[in-house]
Amino acid sequence: MNNYQEWDGFEGRIWKDEVNVRDFIQKNYKPYDGDEAFLADPTDATNKLWGALQKLQKEERAKGGVLDCETEVVSGLTSYGPGYIDESMKDLEKVVGLQTDKPLKRAFMPYGGIKMAEQAAESYGYEINPELKHIFEDYMTTHNDAVFAAYTPEMRLARKTHVVTGLPDTYGRGRIVGDYRRIALYGIDYLIKAKENDKLNCGCGNMYDDVIRQREELTMQIDALKGMKEMAKIYGYDISQPAKNAKEACQWLYFGYLAAVKTQNGAAMSVGRISTFLDIYFERDLKNGVLTETEAQEIIDHMTMKFRMVKFARIPSYNQLFSGDPTWATLEVGGIGMDGRHMVTKTDYRFLHTLENMGPSPEPNLTVLYSSDLPEQFKKYASHISIETSSIQYENDDVMKPVWGDDYSICCCVSATQTGKEIQFFGARANLGKTLLYAINGGFDEKHRIQVGPKMERITSEYLDYDEVIEKYDFWLDWLADIYVNVLNLIHYMHDKYYYEAAEMALIDTDVRRTFATGIAGFSHVIDSLSAIKYAKVKVIRDADGISDHFEIEGDFPKYGNDDDRADAIGVWLLKTFMEKIRRRHTYRNSEPTTSLLTITSNVVYGEATGAMPNGRAAYTPFSPGASPSYGAETNGLVASLNSVAKIPYHWSLDGISNTQTINPDALGHSKEERVGNLVQVLDGYFDQGAHHLNVNVFGTEKLLDAQAHPEKEEYANFTIRVSGYAVKFISLTKKQQDDVIARTCHKTR
Amino acid sequence: MEGRVHSLESFGLVDGPGVRYVVFLQGCRMRCKYCHNPETWSMEGGELYTAKDLFEKAYRYKTYWMKNGKLNGGITVSGGEPLLQTEFVTEFFRYAKEKEIHTTLDTAGNPFTMEEPYLSKFNALMEVTDLTMLDFKEIVSDKHKELTGWNNENIVQMARYLSDLGKDMWIRHVLVPGLTDDEDGLFELRDLIRELKTVRRVEILPYHTLGLEKWKHLNIPYPLEGIDPPTPEQVARAEEILEVEKYH
Repeated sequence: MNNYQEWDGFEGRIWKDEVNVRDFIQKNYKPYDGDEAFLADPTDATNKLWGALQKLQKEERAKGGVLDCETEVVSGLTSYGPGYIDESMKDLEKVVGLQTDKPLKRAFMPYGGIKMAEQAAESYGYEINPELKHIFEDYMTTHNDAVFAAYTPEMRLARKTHVVTGLPDTYGRGRIVGDYRRIALYGIDYLIKAKENDKLNCGCGNMYDDVIRQREELTMQIDALKGMKEMAKIYGYDISQPAKNAKEACQWLYFGYLAAVKTQNGAAMSVGRISTFLDIYFERDLKNGVLTETEAQEIIDHMTMKFRMVKFARIPSYNQLFSGDPTWATLEVGGIGMDGRHMVTKTDYRFLHTLENMGPSPEPNLTVLYSSDLPEQFKKYASHISIETSSIQYENDDVMKPVWGDDYSICCCVSATQTGKEIQFFGARANLGKTLLYAINGGFDEKHRIQVGPKMERITSEYLDYDEVIEKYDFWLDWLADIYVNVLNLIHYMHDKYYYEAAEMALIDTDVRRTFATGIAGFSHVIDSLSAIKYAKVKVIRDADGISDHFEIEGDFPKYGNDDDRADAIGVWLLKTFMEKIRRRHTYRNSEPTTSLLTITSNVVYGEATGAMPNGRAAYTPFSPGASPSYGAETNGLVASLNSVAKIPYHWSLDGISNTQTINPDALGHSKEERVGNLVQVLDGYFDQGAHHLNVNVFGTEKLLDAQAHPEKEEYANFTIRVSGYAVKFISLTKKQQDDVIARTCHKTR
Repeated sequence: MEGRVHSLESFGLVDGPGVRYVVFLQGCRMRCKYCHNPETWSMEGGELYTAKDLFEKAYRYKTYWMKNGKLNGGITVSGGEPLLQTEFVTEFFRYAKEKEIHTTLDTAGNPFTMEEPYLSKFNALMEVTDLTMLDFKEIVSDKHKELTGWNNENIVQMARYLSDLGKDMWIRHVLVPGLTDDEDGLFELRDLIRELKTVRRVEILPYHTLGLEKWKHLNIPYPLEGIDPPTPEQVARAEEILEVEKYH
């Protein structure tokens, strides 16, 4: 049996002989049932470092969103010497390591696409060294080059009209979470040995393309592991062996994450489920008397500060899709183990406490894996943090655990993935709203005035007939599923080939499970449109070309978001119908198709690309985000809306069902204590019905309006709000997105 | 039987204990100067529901009424004035009590009378009502009439009657500066509350201007134009006089 002195005091056997972090956790973690009274305040060092970082963030905002941008060095594991928040205070940093040589400086990452890397720099006034440009343009193939070389004309059209959109063909796909804990537990040398062994056993000598590819990928993974060791050396650490204490465990783990964000600019670069794991190290040190609570909190605060600093250079069109500079450094707390013990530890509290010690923040994207069976004290503390900061989200452990086990991470905003065993092929979204207009207009795009897809018969009746619309919509959904899946197959083939995530994959099992994560945009508007056609009379007002311009509705109709089964059933039907059409198709590397109802902030962009719809939604206005009901459709209050969303079966939408709600503090109760208790009660009620996700914002619309009018006010510098699946600083949203957030329903007293 | 419903709120947290499903009934005879729901005055309009359908609609939210396995919430009927549809509310509450759901009546007491046949109907309602929130507008009857268009003797009578019946109640008082905050009146109200045996909570509801837009929308001149909500100090003083702490 393998043994290291660094493992002294740890129980268990299986995890020592093979890479098996879950086994280590289960054998060693200690559930914590107490309250938050033990938590420690920030240290002087934390206050100084956070003060320096806030100053930099302020400068960043003043400079239009980017503080500094690399133009001379291609980002890699060892491209830079050491970097610190502040050179003069570097000894204060308990966890070290920056993406570049300076804080908040954005790296040059051309492998996803040289054009995009160049544009990103240019849009903030920087120019990439022409020599580098020349090399990447003339000697290299980037992911973006390869995808566009292979696109068919029809795919380009579908992309142009945004009927499939937000595709990871101009940016890194992300959503691959390395099991960064492995470095802390095993050290790099052990992991290299394991991967070398996998390579020895890869294929029996017959060189089929999957064997060849696997061997090449393993080679890249082993190189990446070696590179991580070099990277750590630059900061004066040797990570070849396991971490010997909590501080090292955090540092080792963070180096793994740092390797990922130095080599990939994926849309979502999640941290994963690390709290229970790290707590084992903290408990050991506390027990041995070599660490105090204040020191423990300091390490977590400093590590969290690093997650708050991750940045990528993005092009303007990307920022419109995913506004507010998000990185989805998602990090989970809570959850319940397969054996029934809850997995809340003191370190789960410590991570939530960072929002008190250093104020609200969008990153890391703190996620509570919720169950009504979590300890009462912890539920109350999370609820308190929600009410104070609006910075955390909740996901239902009771529905995810049966599918993903008890060691899953959230790999994007809300999507679960088994840690170290699974990856996702991220697929952005298909616009089901626009597709409904294609059904009505025979595939003629209402905005771009071009035929997309086969030229089919249009609907010509004055009033829409439900059966006719459904028949045509079914055809167009099929067309959409076809082109969508094929576009994604192509993108992921090229991403694997030209922008492979070697560092992350090195920390994931070689025999990896892959899911194919499609997504749906326009959900609520399609439901309400079909409901209007079915239960009211919808008249089509056509333009001179005979294309629908807008719709007039006579009579009332049930709307999604009011717990009315007539409307909600249409939603379930829509999801199942589209998912079945996806499933029928071949998916790249035999990945398992899933879908999601989450749109991030891209609901604004998708909406802008889509004409007026039969539910009365005006042309080119924002969609409602994710699975959330249309703005203004909810007339029965918060929990009626929650009930509508809770009816969507999670197992049909395994990639996530995102719901965002805003509650006015006054509507939540009179006193602070009452509010905390009431929010817990609502969360219990919602999740006990099998709902998947909830973003909770606690503030009134007045605060948003004031923040929009006076962004310079000190109190708004870190004012964080939850939008679909992640958090953003409100003042860093575009004006349009701010307006969109303001338009969303705020539940208040009446 | 059918009732006229103005609107429904699935998530009420300040309308009785815990999380409440709140039914706002259509119709009220009082014309309170500070009313924030003037659209519920009319006896016409609203949507017709049978008591059974309405209960089934409310009962979907039962999972939100539980806290640690115990009931902490239920249904509240407000308005408008629910006592104008006493029989409907009674039937609605009866369905709730069959499922052991907590019922709250939010009333200003104006339709109450000790005369028959009303009193028997009211007694039937009380059999299925767990809590009555009595919105006590003003203790001095003449001032009550000035404020709401009606005298208040029957409302005082109702409070005493509930006390005699042993029915739990919350007393609420909307505090409007210059109108319902004179100390003599508040002391008099306190004396009444002291006399009652079943008061479980006393609440000061600070007047707010959120209803103002609705008056404008309905083209009714707003009588309290220019009056500001009370300051926290004014609220604290009123709470002190009414001995709010004592009932918490």
